[in-house]
Amino acid sequence: MARKMECIAMLLAGGQGSRLGILTKNIAKPAVPYGGKYRIIDFPLSNCVNSGISTVGVLTQYQPLELNDYIGNGQPWDLDRANGGVHVLSPYQQIKGSEWYKGTANAIYQNITFIDRYNPEYVAVLSGDHIYKMDYSKMLEYHKEKDAACTIAMLEVPWEEAPRFGLMLTDDDNKITEFEEKPKNPRSNKASMGVYIFTWSKLRQYLIDDEANPDSSNDFGHDVIPAMHNAGEKMYAYLFDGYWKDVGTIDSLWEANLDLLNPKVDLDLSDPTWKIYSKTPTAPPHYIAASATVENSMIGEGSQVYGELDFSILFHNVTVEEGAVVRDSIVMPGTVIKSGAVVQYAIVAENAVIEENAVVGERPEDMQNLEDWGVAVVGAGVSVGKGAHVAPKAMVDADVKEAE
Amino acid sequence: MTGNNILGIIYSNKYDECLNEITGLRTMGSVPFAGRYRLIDFALSNMVNSGIEKVGVITKSNYQSLMDHLGTGKPWDLSRKTEGMFILPPFSSASNMGGYTNRVEMLRGVMGFISRSTEEYILLSDCNEVMNIDIDELMDFHTDNNADISIVYQHGDLPKLDNIMELQMQEGGRITQVALSPNTSGAVDYSLNMILMKRSLLQRLINEAVSLNHESFERDIIQGNVSKLRIFGFAAKGFTRTIDSLASYFKVSMDLLEPQNCAQLFDPDRPVYTKVRDDMPAIYGLGSKVKNSLIADGCIIDGEVENSILFRGVRVEKGAVVKNSILMQGSFVATGSTLNYTIADKSVAITPNKTLSGAENYPVFVGKGIVI
Repeated sequence: MARKMECIAMLLAGGQGSRLGILTKNIAKPAVPYGGKYRIIDFPLSNCVNSGISTVGVLTQYQPLELNDYIGNGQPWDLDRANGGVHVLSPYQQIKGSEWYKGTANAIYQNITFIDRYNPEYVAVLSGDHIYKMDYSKMLEYHKEKDAACTIAMLEVPWEEAPRFGLMLTDDDNKITEFEEKPKNPRSNKASMGVYIFTWSKLRQYLIDDEANPDSSNDFGHDVIPAMHNAGEKMYAYLFDGYWKDVGTIDSLWEANLDLLNPKVDLDLSDPTWKIYSKTPTAPPHYIAASATVENSMIGEGSQVYGELDFSILFHNVTVEEGAVVRDSIVMPGTVIKSGAVVQYAIVAENAVIEENAVVGERPEDMQNLEDWGVAVVGAGVSVGKGAHVAPKAMVDADVKEAE
Repeated sequence: MTGNNILGIIYSNKYDECLNEITGLRTMGSVPFAGRYRLIDFALSNMVNSGIEKVGVITKSNYQSLMDHLGTGKPWDLSRKTEGMFILPPFSSASNMGGYTNRVEMLRGVMGFISRSTEEYILLSDCNEVMNIDIDELMDFHTDNNADISIVYQHGDLPKLDNIMELQMQEGGRITQVALSPNTSGAVDYSLNMILMKRSLLQRLINEAVSLNHESFERDIIQGNVSKLRIFGFAAKGFTRTIDSLASYFKVSMDLLEPQNCAQLFDPDRPVYTKVRDDMPAIYGLGSKVKNSLIADGCIIDGEVENSILFRGVRVEKGAVVKNSILMQGSFVATGSTLNYTIADKSVAITPNKTLSGAENYPVFVGKGIVI
């Protein structure tokens, strides 16, 4: 039996992230690179550690290899602990057969034994898909203060975006009175962030009941939360007012990266009191050559810039040759952009090669029809041939031949 | 014993005095270098990359920052259940009050550690040599020549350090003559003080030296045995530099702005490991102008930077100009200030509208934490 923990976290990291297309062909969404050196999962993991939660179960299912490898023993997040620490929990075989995680609630249900080992009072259920910095310990204080069965973190979103979210209606005390799932005509702009704290004894019972219900889709949002609400459990909304972004689509991933270059955006990764930890590459400082011009950009270690860089994010070990131009783009680790190539409004994944004079993406102001415009994506390991053109909005996951 | 049968020994304090501006508060091994490293990272990484699994780090004084940097040895993968990294602080006894003055005393002080080890060979290394060397190749050279002792050397101007061995070799590399810091001009073959031999031989040589009251490793153990033992010189390849003064520290650092040098020293097949600081990637603001510079994680640059090396977490405000300078971790240059040929130690702050300017052979040095 492990030592008792007041609160442990369960991190849902099994999502495929199908709307990210080729970027998640071989990796799970939480493993998608973000912000010049991070992966999305670094945010919830670092939030846990910084909030004093040192036991984290990471539930993986889709393409777990890279994610498991990345998390390793948890050392980069200081989660290699003698008691607790990070545990990767994949579906496993049991006497009655093996079962994939059928839904988010089922994923937790299948790991009740894991949670029980720590005999926690509270369990935080987190999503591995969001970029945000949040102190879960404050939310836990709030949860205890309200003596709630479930506390859901919420964010006030612009009304016009509200229909994309799961919304909550609350009374004056922020007690949740009603839920609305992606309504056409929203009555609230308080959106759920996918961050929950449950009193474990309550959640445990609801998970068992949910599993016994053959009509349930075993999902937190669809089944467990409504069931708790219908049974009259005390459910509270916890207001969060910092930066939060779901990076579920190519556009939102692109935006969330470039948000880091906007001083007006409230996402400071340089704060020494709330560091975002990640596995740091072994590379020397990056080099900016005499021929380079760099403005408004973020650059990771080991990169070499001889060309022009504007409003872009370069991960580690990226090479931008002399005469190449990268603007309004995100270039992931190990990619080479050769002389004369132009990369604009694009996401180029790891270890790709953009050959000489190739053009990836298009500026919206150069488009005849803005309907056809969008961020271009080049997949991992892809080579875009000399002089070739990758159209805006295109997703390329096979080599592109040299232009005639 | 599971590794490659070599025990590594690193002298972390050797030649501290030649860089006393920077080593005032630290050891030679913990001198910051190349934007994110400490000098000991090169010796440690060279050893680890060749499969050495046990390394003893000899310390003498001022080793707090070194211990802070090394921790348990995890970044070099030397935090092990068996073997790994051992910090060997001075051992004071009735006959020895702790402060070592020469290599023989240092080795004698850690003889217990050396005797208890089981590796067949021992590799001795200093920290003021910046190089990326393949120790497997050195080992092959050693055994192919049936050598008793192999000394890594390079061709160049003799460093201005005590007891540097100038080597005369015959064809094939056998050393025939050793001169100690001779008065020479022009390039010579000189020892980089990375020395490989059998552990048992070192034990015997040190015991002999102690019983004969010999004090100098270079004079009594190497020079004195040139005709009796088979001592060979192994030429270092690639970017290899010796730091023997603040001016050479500056020059060696600036040499890394040549991408070819950087590529040799930071060969991805033999990476240089260091302690991780978890900074965000560097951010360049609107209107920033950066040319020919090495910039580490965590820097925020809104001003102008040219021919410089910026360590982790340096901030250069809009309107500030940094040229031909080395700014260590956490330094800050405010708007309107200009730095030229300046070395700023950690956490230096340059307030608005100041000008500091040194010369290439005599850079201005600003000590740790000073506010100008």
